[in-house]
Amino acid sequence: MELARLPVQRIVLRLVEGIDGTLLVLILSLSMLGFAALFSASYDSPGRVLNQLVSLSLALAAMWVTAQIAPQTLMRFAVPAYVVGVVLLVAVALFGDVVNGARRWLHVGVTRFQPSEMMKLALPLMLAWYFHRRESTLRLRDFALAAVLLAVPLALIVRQPDLGTAALVGAVGFYVIFFAGISWKVLGGLAGLFVVALFPLWGMLHDYQRKRVLTLLDPTQDPLGAGYHIIQSTIAVGSGGISGKGWLNGTQAHLEFIPERHTDFIFAVYSEEFGLIGNLVLLVLYALLIGRGLVIAANAPTLFARLMAGAVTLMFFTYAFVNMGMVSGILPVVGVPLPFLSYGGTALLTLFIGAGILMSIQRHRKLVQT
Amino acid sequence: MMGTAELRNSERELQQFQLRIGVAGIAMLVAFGSLLGRFFFLQVLQHDHYRSKAEDNRISIVPITPNRGLIIDRSGVVVARNYSGYTLEIFPRRVRSVEATIDELSELIEITPRDRARYKRLTVETRNPESLPIRTRLSDEDYAKFAALPFRYEGVKNKARLFRQYPYGDVGSHVIGYMGRINKDDQAALESEGVDANYRGTDYIGKSGVEATYERELHGTTGFEQVEIDAAGRGIRTLSHTAAVSGHNVVLTLDMRLQRVAENAFGQRRGALVAIEPGTGAVLALVSKPGFDLNLFVDGIDPQAWTELNNSPDRPLNNRAIAGVYPPGSTFKPFMALAALELGKRTPRSTINDPGYFVFGDRRFRDSKPGGHGVVDLHKSIVVSSDTYYYMLANDMGIDAIAGFMKQLGLGQPTGIDLQGEAAGVLPSPEWKMKRFRRPEQQRWYPGETISIGIGQGYNAYTPIQLAQAMATVAANGAMYRPRVVGHIENPRTRERRSFEPELSSQVPLKREWVEFVKRAMAGVNKEGTGARAFARAEYTSGGKTGTAQVIAIKQGEKYDEAKVAERHRDHSLFIAFAPVDNPIIALAVVVENGGFGARAAAPISRTVLDYYLVGKLPQGLQEPTPEHEVEGDRESD
Repeated sequence: MELARLPVQRIVLRLVEGIDGTLLVLILSLSMLGFAALFSASYDSPGRVLNQLVSLSLALAAMWVTAQIAPQTLMRFAVPAYVVGVVLLVAVALFGDVVNGARRWLHVGVTRFQPSEMMKLALPLMLAWYFHRRESTLRLRDFALAAVLLAVPLALIVRQPDLGTAALVGAVGFYVIFFAGISWKVLGGLAGLFVVALFPLWGMLHDYQRKRVLTLLDPTQDPLGAGYHIIQSTIAVGSGGISGKGWLNGTQAHLEFIPERHTDFIFAVYSEEFGLIGNLVLLVLYALLIGRGLVIAANAPTLFARLMAGAVTLMFFTYAFVNMGMVSGILPVVGVPLPFLSYGGTALLTLFIGAGILMSIQRHRKLVQT
Repeated sequence: MMGTAELRNSERELQQFQLRIGVAGIAMLVAFGSLLGRFFFLQVLQHDHYRSKAEDNRISIVPITPNRGLIIDRSGVVVARNYSGYTLEIFPRRVRSVEATIDELSELIEITPRDRARYKRLTVETRNPESLPIRTRLSDEDYAKFAALPFRYEGVKNKARLFRQYPYGDVGSHVIGYMGRINKDDQAALESEGVDANYRGTDYIGKSGVEATYERELHGTTGFEQVEIDAAGRGIRTLSHTAAVSGHNVVLTLDMRLQRVAENAFGQRRGALVAIEPGTGAVLALVSKPGFDLNLFVDGIDPQAWTELNNSPDRPLNNRAIAGVYPPGSTFKPFMALAALELGKRTPRSTINDPGYFVFGDRRFRDSKPGGHGVVDLHKSIVVSSDTYYYMLANDMGIDAIAGFMKQLGLGQPTGIDLQGEAAGVLPSPEWKMKRFRRPEQQRWYPGETISIGIGQGYNAYTPIQLAQAMATVAANGAMYRPRVVGHIENPRTRERRSFEPELSSQVPLKREWVEFVKRAMAGVNKEGTGARAFARAEYTSGGKTGTAQVIAIKQGEKYDEAKVAERHRDHSLFIAFAPVDNPIIALAVVVENGGFGARAAAPISRTVLDYYLVGKLPQGLQEPTPEHEVEGDRESD
């Protein structure tokens, strides 16, 4: 009742308060391109477009709510979110549902959800919180402890197995550690160690994961199995040419040659229909989005805010790069959606909450300066 | 001192952080740059290569439609089979104008207005069709004409397909059922059951009868072939092949020869007949007249034939045997007699005097015989069909006792036969009236209404299958079996059988003595009573009961021909029977619409059917059909 008497202008002002216009415009532009591609990919199931519209509305609301939360308040969620996330990952390992051979889903009442998805934000929160607390006395062992905090959920996700999410969670955790200032020497040493570790790691991979890596090197080895995705999506991208086949005219997409064309492979549909020019537009939009995020991070007042902003921004980058790289055949096929374009509510929610965190940090950049 | 050090320290940290942000930015630009390079490589340098790959080198998954299972009668006569033929199909998305294409084609081969009308209908009915047939069952000559010039017609192809064929045309049409193109509703049902993938490549689906009830068994499992195709859609080579698995054969309990004899006995009259094997529930014959030629439907019925079938006042598509409801008339009396004995309301010895009417309040209920039957005991009441006896009996029993007993015999409830569209009928009771009507004065049960219930009139309305089931239950001394038209399912390759065991739906607690009494009285009907003339010189013993049901009102939508309307005002003729008396192997119910007295129309049909079933006697003018057993070589994709 109180609200009803407020002037409209004040309500609008309240709504846009804390929303970063630049970020919002970039994200919505990406979403619109996503709808164009999704509409084309959904000629046989038009309901998907509507579903995605609903997901987008929910995600926008979540972004708005997150943007209203000050970074200091956000910090308080770090430990509980991380602990709950790890507990849920353990629960998945024990009682999760198996879908397509992987145990990723947890039943909660009537719906299922993937705890690994929430780790994408809970892990950087936790690490940023930790570094923030130890800010003045950072030692090498702090980085070691951070590595343990990163390794626990990562191991649980790799075990599910869900290589795509594991790669993302690992990358986001790494970004926090990187921005926290781990020395270049240590970093170089770790990189060397990683290369050496690849060999035993290879032995730990599941058969289908190995197949994906091998088929990346030579997709024609297995044209109907693991290589099929790459061959068909590469054909889609390549046959798009400079200007594309035109919206709704992609033959690869419409003749059902592209598997998972709504979700992880929506870039193939987009690229086939909009060509190199469309890809350039998309890359520029992503670059602007990431650039904006990095600027926000550079201006952030506290270590927590800096680390969080940097990590979320590079998460967007990782999503975009890994997805487009896999669809165009230079990275292995892992289940990573194209940010703000792929069909699916869960990923959208994570991305928009991430954007909300960026907005909150941008809004509070001066408040804590003293 | 400490403060400045910290400040300097944090400033250095900030610088360090911003340096790393810069590194991240550069890394992003490098990564995106490499993506751009990759896109340039694929979309500009290699574009021609990938364009031709997209256009020329497609892998198409071609479904292989399984052979539909056969429908076979109990003695091995094939009543539904497949034959292969050619169709000429138009791919609507690949032609500029369907109309123009049809006009062009009609210069080459004959395309009738019926073909065009049917094509239009299919367009409306089918969701997202890839191709639709403009001509089916091409002659060899037509096929050759088209095959010589396939390139002249873009978006037109001839396809080899299996068609359903029903060698007996309209015989048993309501049991066998017809096929139709998968329409939007069917598609939605398949999707909700999660079997739509198995129907890729299948155009037709069972719409009624056994074709519908046993659709899943008959259909089989669709196979797939991965084919590399060129831009014109021609297959270059097959990459993998998963064979289709033929559908199962469905073996009916029906005896097709008996069915034919029964249908023939109806002549041009409308009506229904159900013959059941007591003690198993196996349906031996299930007639609904008039029938319709099942072959009309196999390649999509044309609109004109469909309209004719749908709008005919004879309602040939209606399965009267399970969906038609009729007052049972006097065929109700044996069941009333049994109820009276079981409930102790009458003994075999007690008699009444039948003056030809029964007075209740200020109403006088008339007997069909003026002057009445004189002194009548229970046995005679059935043999001569005394109405007065049953007016009094109904009054003495009361509606609740009648309804309670008849419910045990399955009257007024679906029998659960394995066919779709069964009606429940009406077993009148105060509760039923309460539910059926709205106004309070209509909802009340008046004692006067009970009187006519006793002779099978009033609100009584049952399906022929319910009457046959009740008769079979009495014949089997109270064992009620769920009626079935399918006896077993057979794997066509391994000959492995899955039988449906007789399913006892209830054991009605009847005293043997009273059942025997009623059976003897019904035997008396055929020996010396109302059925005696129809069963004169029969070579076996049988029990029966005639019935005549008043047609109260004309149904809606039947207001044409005056002579016809008058004919449709006539009473329905009914007969129920079982034989032989001592060890019944068949029980039946017959309804002849507007056939007049039960003894005149329905009883002779029963006699014909029993003659054939029990002693193999064929009616005059009807040849024994040559049984056509399963055809070899009818299994292409096996």
